[in-house]
Amino acid sequence: MEFKTHISVQNLDVFYGTERALKDITVDIPDKKITVIIGPSGCGKTTLLKSFNRLVDSMDEVKVSGKVFLDGENIFDPKVEITHIRKKMGLLSQKPFPLPMSIYDNVAYGPRIHGIRDKKELGRIVEHYLKQSSLWDEVKDRLHAPASRLSLGQQQRLCLARGLAVEPEIILGDEPTSALDPKSSQRIEQRFLELKREYTIVIVTHILRQAMRLADYVVFLYLGELIEHGPAEDILVDPKEEMTKEYIKGIIS
Amino acid sequence: MMLLTIFSGLIVFLMAFGLYQRSRPILAIKPLTELLFSTSWHPLRGEFGFFPFIMGTLWVTGVALAIAVPLCLLTAIYLSQYAHRRVREWTNPLIDLLAGIPSVVYGMWGILIIVPLIKNHIAPFFGIFSTGYSVIAGSIVLAIMIFPIIIHVAVEVFRSVPYEVSEASLALGATKWQTVKHVVIRKAMPGVIAAIVLGLSRAFGETMAVLMVAGNVAKVPSSVFDPAYPLPALIANNYGEMLSVPLYDSALLLASLVLLLVVLFFNIISRVILIRVERSIQ
Repeated sequence: MEFKTHISVQNLDVFYGTERALKDITVDIPDKKITVIIGPSGCGKTTLLKSFNRLVDSMDEVKVSGKVFLDGENIFDPKVEITHIRKKMGLLSQKPFPLPMSIYDNVAYGPRIHGIRDKKELGRIVEHYLKQSSLWDEVKDRLHAPASRLSLGQQQRLCLARGLAVEPEIILGDEPTSALDPKSSQRIEQRFLELKREYTIVIVTHILRQAMRLADYVVFLYLGELIEHGPAEDILVDPKEEMTKEYIKGIIS
Repeated sequence: MMLLTIFSGLIVFLMAFGLYQRSRPILAIKPLTELLFSTSWHPLRGEFGFFPFIMGTLWVTGVALAIAVPLCLLTAIYLSQYAHRRVREWTNPLIDLLAGIPSVVYGMWGILIIVPLIKNHIAPFFGIFSTGYSVIAGSIVLAIMIFPIIIHVAVEVFRSVPYEVSEASLALGATKWQTVKHVVIRKAMPGVIAAIVLGLSRAFGETMAVLMVAGNVAKVPSSVFDPAYPLPALIANNYGEMLSVPLYDSALLLASLVLLLVVLFFNIISRVILIRVERSIQ
């Protein structure tokens, strides 16, 4: 299978204080595919994901070196506008965190921030993306109820709709199903498989089965180091590195 | 030991009850509404209208809040969202220090700095004559005195907003300020109100500093440059001096009772809100 590169990571190092969370990572993330980052907890999966939209630099005492190219532009270049980078990516976090406002306003938040004021247009956007995240039918009669009243699974789909509404190119998921029940997880996974036609998707997970169900491309991290990466059928079925073999067999976790 | 604990818990009620007992003589003669809403304060003629003092308290407290709230909230937002950890470590003790200054010192500082400033510069700027001893002088001093409590509570409230909620907003391409404005403040709103109410109840009861700079004229103020005579100042100035006047002490004790109840009321409200906020976060 041939891959077109969307995000290109080159020699990325991330330090929290003196602790080196990512060690010299170089990897290409393919366009319009699902890339799954696997590895034991604390291995830097989330850090790698959050470097893509530069949420890492809002933490205290973080130092980043190396380059991440997105559409040919190094996102760590000081001249780059962060909001512009972040607008290109929708983030789904481990637990859904709806904004403290109504369902409607949650989805409309991003478009409003980016300057859409027209009521009709906003209404159309909200409906479109709630449908795309298959939440519309459940909430269409109570769009102005607080988002916090939804169930966790619904909240996560709302967060997906909220992220899609800024029309990103990339969806980042940080263990996006870990707080959800099996049924809700399945719905989110189903969304991903449909969305990959239009979006590049990067998901962090520690659930190997989920990786097998979703991945086109796999990145395996261990203690901040990139051990192996490649097409899913290579890595998950026939890994070359000893460490990857052990992880997939469940020896290290 | 248990009895001591119970006793200290009951003190507030005992005080309220004692004040009520002692203020009964005046309540027996005059209707409460007349006492609270009459503007006529002539103890020698037996007229005890608290209205000027109540209005004095409201003016001074209201203007103090108008000064303190925006400053404190911006400070709290800066400290909780923007400031480096080291800045926070430095400013916290400084703000605590402000809380520890005795109120007489605030009063002296008010007389030496604020009163002349108003008399010579601020009031003439608006084309008004003022002695400087005025609502605005009391309010400025009071505002600075309630800074620490509002800032401390507000910083805690802002920091209790989960980082992931801000992160969600940032990830959508919002700037830091947009995130603070639309998400953090909104999420923290009930707690912010509690912080303000806590400051308010402190401001209501503050006596010494305000008494020294507010002018103490028993007339309803009509502008911030007029003198005011807040309730606590009335009580502190007169109790023990003019007790030969019939019913005077009873009137003053009623004033204390009113003050106590108002402060208690605001305190309870702010506690209830804060408890709710804590629960909703868990």
